[in-house]
Amino acid sequence: MITIKNLHANVEGKKILNGINLEIKPGEVHAIMGPNGSGKSTLANVLAGNENYEVTEGEVLFYGKNLLELSVEDRAREGMFLAFQYPIEIPGISNATFLKTSINEIRKYNGLPELSAKEILDLIKDKSQILGMEQDMLNRSVNVGFSGGEKKRNEVLQLLTLNPKFALLDETDSGLDIDALKIVASGVNIFRNENNSVLLVTHYQRLLDYIIPDFVHVLAKGKIIKSGGKELALELEDKGYDWLKEAEPAF
Amino acid sequence: MSDDMKIVDDLTQSEYKWGFITDIESESAPKGLNEDIIRIISKKKNEPEWMTEWRLKAFRHWLKMEEPKWPNVKYPQIDFQDIIYYSAPKKKEKLNSLDEVDPELLKTFEKLGIPLGEQKLLSGVAVDAVFDSVSVATTFKETLKEKGIIFCSVSEALQEHPDLVKKYLGSVVPYTDNFYAALNAAVFSDGSFVYIPKGVRCPMELSTYFRINAQETGQFERTLIIADEGAYVSYLEGCTAPIRDTNQLHAAVVELITLDNAEIKYSTVQNWYPGDKEGKGGIYNFVTKRGACRGVNSKISWTQVETGSAITWKYPGCILQGDNSVGEFYSVAVTNNFQQADTGTKMVHIGKNTKSTIVTKGISAGKSNNSYRGLVKVAKSAQGARNFSQCDSMLIGDKCGAHTFPYIEVENNSAMVEHEATTSKVGEDQIFYLNQRGISTEDAVNMIVNGFCKEVFRELPMEFAVEAQKLLAVSLEGSVG
Repeated sequence: MITIKNLHANVEGKKILNGINLEIKPGEVHAIMGPNGSGKSTLANVLAGNENYEVTEGEVLFYGKNLLELSVEDRAREGMFLAFQYPIEIPGISNATFLKTSINEIRKYNGLPELSAKEILDLIKDKSQILGMEQDMLNRSVNVGFSGGEKKRNEVLQLLTLNPKFALLDETDSGLDIDALKIVASGVNIFRNENNSVLLVTHYQRLLDYIIPDFVHVLAKGKIIKSGGKELALELEDKGYDWLKEAEPAF
Repeated sequence: MSDDMKIVDDLTQSEYKWGFITDIESESAPKGLNEDIIRIISKKKNEPEWMTEWRLKAFRHWLKMEEPKWPNVKYPQIDFQDIIYYSAPKKKEKLNSLDEVDPELLKTFEKLGIPLGEQKLLSGVAVDAVFDSVSVATTFKETLKEKGIIFCSVSEALQEHPDLVKKYLGSVVPYTDNFYAALNAAVFSDGSFVYIPKGVRCPMELSTYFRINAQETGQFERTLIIADEGAYVSYLEGCTAPIRDTNQLHAAVVELITLDNAEIKYSTVQNWYPGDKEGKGGIYNFVTKRGACRGVNSKISWTQVETGSAITWKYPGCILQGDNSVGEFYSVAVTNNFQQADTGTKMVHIGKNTKSTIVTKGISAGKSNNSYRGLVKVAKSAQGARNFSQCDSMLIGDKCGAHTFPYIEVENNSAMVEHEATTSKVGEDQIFYLNQRGISTEDAVNMIVNGFCKEVFRELPMEFAVEAQKLLAVSLEGSVG
């Protein structure tokens, strides 16, 4: 279970998050929606531990642990996964090597024996088939020369292979055509089960046609101003964000 | 300072792990340099008259030369009279087998991971170990002899194959070449000699391991490798030195010669003591390495991984004389703390349809400075010459520097010369990405740097490539961000 209490954060001295409260239980999928600049990506980055974001107040409990005290890599090893809005390129390191290192680092931390190269390769091949990915991408350098869609698919491949307790998807739908969107969504749907949870950050509701959330939250000026079920997303699609303006906190 | 930067700092500040001193009795010439010292060195080695004369000519020429000032490095004036030019571990007159080598010496090489007992050796690698100025042991001699391959110290070659030495020594790097080459010719004390006869493919990797031990000693080895028609050899060179707080001079000369259809692959992992975190001590590595592709279709390939030395000044090059000959230079140069490197290559195209490839990766961390300097010269005669150069620099942290100085001289219109250069930083976003996948910052930086160097590492022989990757990790330890 992830519990976010009164979370405030700054970026380059500018206040972006203004007291977020949120509880995500195992088995739940939450969606955070909101206009540009509302703090959606900041929330994802703060939870993952990006040091360009400074937490000024609040607390986050991750399965009983004080998340904000953990290093970025330990958060990952505890089971938090961030699918990046703009996946990063690592020239000269193959996707397979990258995934092998990642899987075994996480296993080592959790006291599990490391997997052999063959076991890992079988695992990756299995998951990449689900996502309709070419085998040759395993030997290609991480995200180098990948199209926008391939990069996002590669993020979902990592999600499926690492199988974390908590997946944060930061604008995973941006820049995808409808076919790619469907594949990515099906990957996330295969991932979700009663023991893990998902937090989707998205600007558009169209992703929510394929990944049905249990809860939708609207973020504005760094605060959740409205929460509801999946129908809230449709309402937003219909009316835009303006009708919620009155509900915005004043500061 | 951000956490990343702190880790860069920590990473670049690890300890040098090869810095121990061997307590061994050695025999040294008095400090300073004059004709008498040169005669002493030559006499100690029982050299033929012509050799002594050659050394003296080199010395007289050196006296007229000036230290080069053009490299992009800074260091205090070297007092050439304050250096010991000859130091050798005391030993019996002649060693008949490894059993007679001083056990302290064997232990030293064992500690360095270079076991000299043949039964313990990695199969497929013959080693010549050079301690201070002299070769102490060469392994697998008999196996090689069966194929007619000569692999021994230069001193030994001067006794047993004087004609070969006389024919080729100084033919690629004459003593007039440059200040340090002249100095080396005058005082060199030993080094490795390799001759691969016609049509022979050397069945194992040949390797020389250089170790500086004695204090205030300069090390001046000379390596000479000849691949006769149709021959092939792969040669590896490794170097370390103990931690001393004074600077030590290392001015080696390496000459390679390939005749028709022959190939030499020369790989170096240079890890001389780089000095401490404040920039005190360390080796001045002023080296001249050059290969001559004399024959048609011949090939010389240099691969180097340079992580050590306080100052590195070296430009392994190829003179492409034979038609269709090929020269290659693959280099990874890492500088950290206060290290300075001015390194690159020279490719001189003379024969028709000659080809050269240059791939260099410079990595700077700490407060270090890393310069690439390369010359591509195409002579009038070099119809159809081709060159491709790619020089990439990577910066770790924001206190270091990377510089590129390419020189291109083309006198033949049919030549094609390409030069590409890039500079990148180990990005915080890359580190964050890898961290977010459970990989520590130190491992992340190693991964990014290894990825950056991949094109060079894959040119190294297998065991060496693994070694080089580890060395890179150690060199950058404490450096990263």
